[in-house]
Amino acid sequence: MKLSRRCFLSFVVGGAAGTALSPLPWKLTDDLSIWSQNWSWTPVPPDGEYTQVNSTCTLCPGGCGIGIRKAGKRAVKIEGLAGHPVNDGGVCLLGLSGLQLLYGPARVKTPLKRTGKRGGGQWQAISWKQAIKEVTEKLKELRKKNQPQSLASIGPNGSGTVSALISRFMKAYGSSNDMKMASKLDSDEQALFLTQGIQNGMVGADVENADFILSFGCAVLDGYGSPVRMFRANSRWKENSATLIQIEPRQSNTAAKADQWLPINPGGEADLALAMANIIIKENLYNSSFVSDNCDGLNSFVQMLYENYMPEDAARRIGIDVQTIIDLAHRFATAARPLAINGYGKGQNPSNLKETLAIHALNALVGNIGKKGGITGLSAYDYIRWPKVVTDTVAAAGLKESRLDGAGTNAFPHAKSLPNRFFDKLSAGNTSIQALLVAEANPCYSMPDTAKIKRVFDSIPFIVSFSSFMDETAMMADLILPNHTFLERYEDVPVKAGLTAPIVGLCRPAVEPQWDTLDLGDALIRIAQSIGGSVGAAFPWKNYKTCLKQTLADQWKDLEKKGYWMPSQSLQADADSKNKAGGKSGRYVLMDGTLETIYMAQDAPLEGDSRSYSMLLMPYDTIRITSLQIGAPPFVMKTVPDTVLKGQDGFIEINKKEATEMGFKQGQAVIVTTPIGEARVRVHLSSGLAPGVIAMPRGLGHTAYDDYLAGKGVNINQLIGPVEDPASGLDTALGIRAKLAKA
Amino acid sequence: MKQEHTQHRSKRYGMVIDLDKCTGCGACMVACFSENNVPFKKDETDKRLSITWMKVYRIDNGRDFPNNQVCYIPRPCQHCAGQHEGHSPCVSVCPATATDYSRETGIVSQIYTRCFGCRYCMGACPYHARYFNWWDPVWPEGMEKYLSPNVSPRMRGVVEKCSFCFHRYQLARDKAYANRRKDVKEADYQTACTQACPAGAITFGDLNNPGHAVHQIVKPNDHVVKNKAGISIIGKSQNPNVFRMLERLGTNTKVYYLSSREWVRKAGDNYIADEKPEDMFAEQKKH
Repeated sequence: MKLSRRCFLSFVVGGAAGTALSPLPWKLTDDLSIWSQNWSWTPVPPDGEYTQVNSTCTLCPGGCGIGIRKAGKRAVKIEGLAGHPVNDGGVCLLGLSGLQLLYGPARVKTPLKRTGKRGGGQWQAISWKQAIKEVTEKLKELRKKNQPQSLASIGPNGSGTVSALISRFMKAYGSSNDMKMASKLDSDEQALFLTQGIQNGMVGADVENADFILSFGCAVLDGYGSPVRMFRANSRWKENSATLIQIEPRQSNTAAKADQWLPINPGGEADLALAMANIIIKENLYNSSFVSDNCDGLNSFVQMLYENYMPEDAARRIGIDVQTIIDLAHRFATAARPLAINGYGKGQNPSNLKETLAIHALNALVGNIGKKGGITGLSAYDYIRWPKVVTDTVAAAGLKESRLDGAGTNAFPHAKSLPNRFFDKLSAGNTSIQALLVAEANPCYSMPDTAKIKRVFDSIPFIVSFSSFMDETAMMADLILPNHTFLERYEDVPVKAGLTAPIVGLCRPAVEPQWDTLDLGDALIRIAQSIGGSVGAAFPWKNYKTCLKQTLADQWKDLEKKGYWMPSQSLQADADSKNKAGGKSGRYVLMDGTLETIYMAQDAPLEGDSRSYSMLLMPYDTIRITSLQIGAPPFVMKTVPDTVLKGQDGFIEINKKEATEMGFKQGQAVIVTTPIGEARVRVHLSSGLAPGVIAMPRGLGHTAYDDYLAGKGVNINQLIGPVEDPASGLDTALGIRAKLAKA
Repeated sequence: MKQEHTQHRSKRYGMVIDLDKCTGCGACMVACFSENNVPFKKDETDKRLSITWMKVYRIDNGRDFPNNQVCYIPRPCQHCAGQHEGHSPCVSVCPATATDYSRETGIVSQIYTRCFGCRYCMGACPYHARYFNWWDPVWPEGMEKYLSPNVSPRMRGVVEKCSFCFHRYQLARDKAYANRRKDVKEADYQTACTQACPAGAITFGDLNNPGHAVHQIVKPNDHVVKNKAGISIIGKSQNPNVFRMLERLGTNTKVYYLSSREWVRKAGDNYIADEKPEDMFAEQKKH
């Protein structure tokens, strides 16, 4: 049969039209999509018996009670615990994401030994037996050489058994180089000692009952103190028509929600507080009965104020007019229950001691110490009463060697630990540290000038990390002995985050350990016992749980039942009286010789000269980005706005008008340069930032963890160097000078 | 259906969000993600593709430093009733009955297995509350362990949105049944975001039940009022600080907002310059 062209075309067109009109293609498309939708990779979560485990969150210092909902053996949801004294049902986004940390890809799943170059990420999985053996051998060797002081540790600044076990290990081993990561708690602690004579104490602020809150840069609504408690307090302020005044150069969340936002020049907090004190005293607005009954040194304090902190001068320095300061002083002094709170951002970094003292002094002037709606000096948690460590001759000799950071020496008599100075020393060529233990801290990410910190890590011959996650510091280790996460372990959680009454939460396992990990406490006990001798003898417990149970003794049952324990007044009073005996408690020192030196000292200058670096770069804290040793889980990253992170690019905030004058458009790529380093970022034009200031969030720019976090944005610690507060020795850098150029 | 109506008083579940208390912390978003097995990707910075049943918007008053003011607005699905119960913008356009309006609870549902991905509902929704799954969800290895058995994970090609945690309603109903109660208790049915909000800014409950906190704050008008354009407004709040988003459209949402700041309330209903709230209901006054 001959097929003509015409015939062929009719057949093709007719066939196509016929098929198209028939239901066949639609049916096939439908079937295809249904078939592909049923591919096995859309999981069907298995069901199981529903149970709940009550525990305490340890992801930040807040100490919230949490309930972990389980389906069978799986943990499926974390919720806030209703009725808990800290958070009463509320919970933050990090706590809610806890299961992503537990089941996430950044977990270190078994002990690891480095095989390739340091930081190269090449590991060999080893057994726990071998891991403990390797650590023990190295540590024994140092003791054999009579150099126990060449072991250093970096741990969390906690009051619980984990922190105490690390310190105990260091002591028994024979090294005083026991570093704790520094935070606002350190500067508060020093201020508390200087003003009220309370040693190792903590400041409680009765924020709930205050009616006029003056926040000196505190990220009240972005993770300050115990974050959920602060959110709840803020709601209470709204209900009671209390006033919140936020003092800081950037319109943070807190500033945005405050009744008044007072943008001042960065670093002007002490000036403002002291100028206010000046006005309050001059106009006789202070609580004279409280001050005359309880305060020492009023006259010299007043003299110092009149000589150095006249409102006019202060106003010029902090960039607001005098009348604003006068009004503020009036409102503060005449409010029914005023409260001034201190600590920049989340309080993860220590504050300048002068500033801390000045703000505390404001509270003292209005008679706000130990009162409803005021601040209270609380003494340290005192429930860990282990037998004293008996040291052998090697350890005793090692402990005689002074700490590398100079904490506790004549220069910094009230400091307990100065990690910034420790790294400065090592960076300057000191080679006395041969081995380093790092637990629950990520200094290679969270300390300023990360490049320097990493160089120091590179120079230490032997580093052991106890991290649960493959973080930046674990990446630099020779051995990783992974700890359980907070959902797999027991731990006591004494809360220090500004609560008015001491409370110890119990963190307990919600699920079986997911991987071949070991509790940090257990690992330390095993290492100590394997070293043996007096070191082993200092760790007589079978395992960490036994140690915890014995330590908490009578409280253990209560803790297991309720989930928390509020140390009774008597125990606390007992500790108080001990402090009183040694100190000057009961009195508030406004001024003495030590304080005078601090008040009169020049502020440590910011790094960089203002001619070549015309702007000031400040880090800011936001609750939407986790910035402590825990990296943000995927859910938290998902809430980050696209004006903070877009693709892999981080943003830098700049005043809108100023940026326009400089010729920058929203989203434009720029290079930010500081004396420490440079980085490529995009600009976000903001109406909520003072001119001359640029701001970047803390918590981005991770190089470790997983693909959901690593490589996104810039770590601001690459750009900022430490600034040592001469009074406390702590790093109190509030920013650094910087410049911007088109990329 | 009709019999049911005569037997039980129908419910209108809704919420009121106190924008004075809301701090924009994002806990509601994450509470929702983890309660409802919401997927996530390595890059979530393209917000058009980022599935967030609950999303916190940030608005400002448009003024320059230092007079700038900011407000955060959490936006779940608004569970519109439409011009008459059930005439929600999305429900009325869905060709597959994949989204439906429950007259029993006032909740707008989404049935994933019925949805074939035409996305008409997304076009119809004035609140951008609906999201399309362009990809199959992928959980990194091991992370699918935390998935809740109460909510089915969605597959590629379907639309999803906030359900007012409907599974929690089902559990609460089961509990009521087991305890031989007819009604679900207010405390037994609360959405995950309400429960998690650290500021206590969200109040959830039955708008029809005068005993519920949400009713007491919102004080919904029992009578239908008509606005200038002749559109019926059902359940208009009689609290002067309470407003609904784009209320003038007559979507008659069940998510109310509370703010003491006028510029926020105006932004919520897209006021044109110089327009006053009473202008919208000018005609109503004449009656």
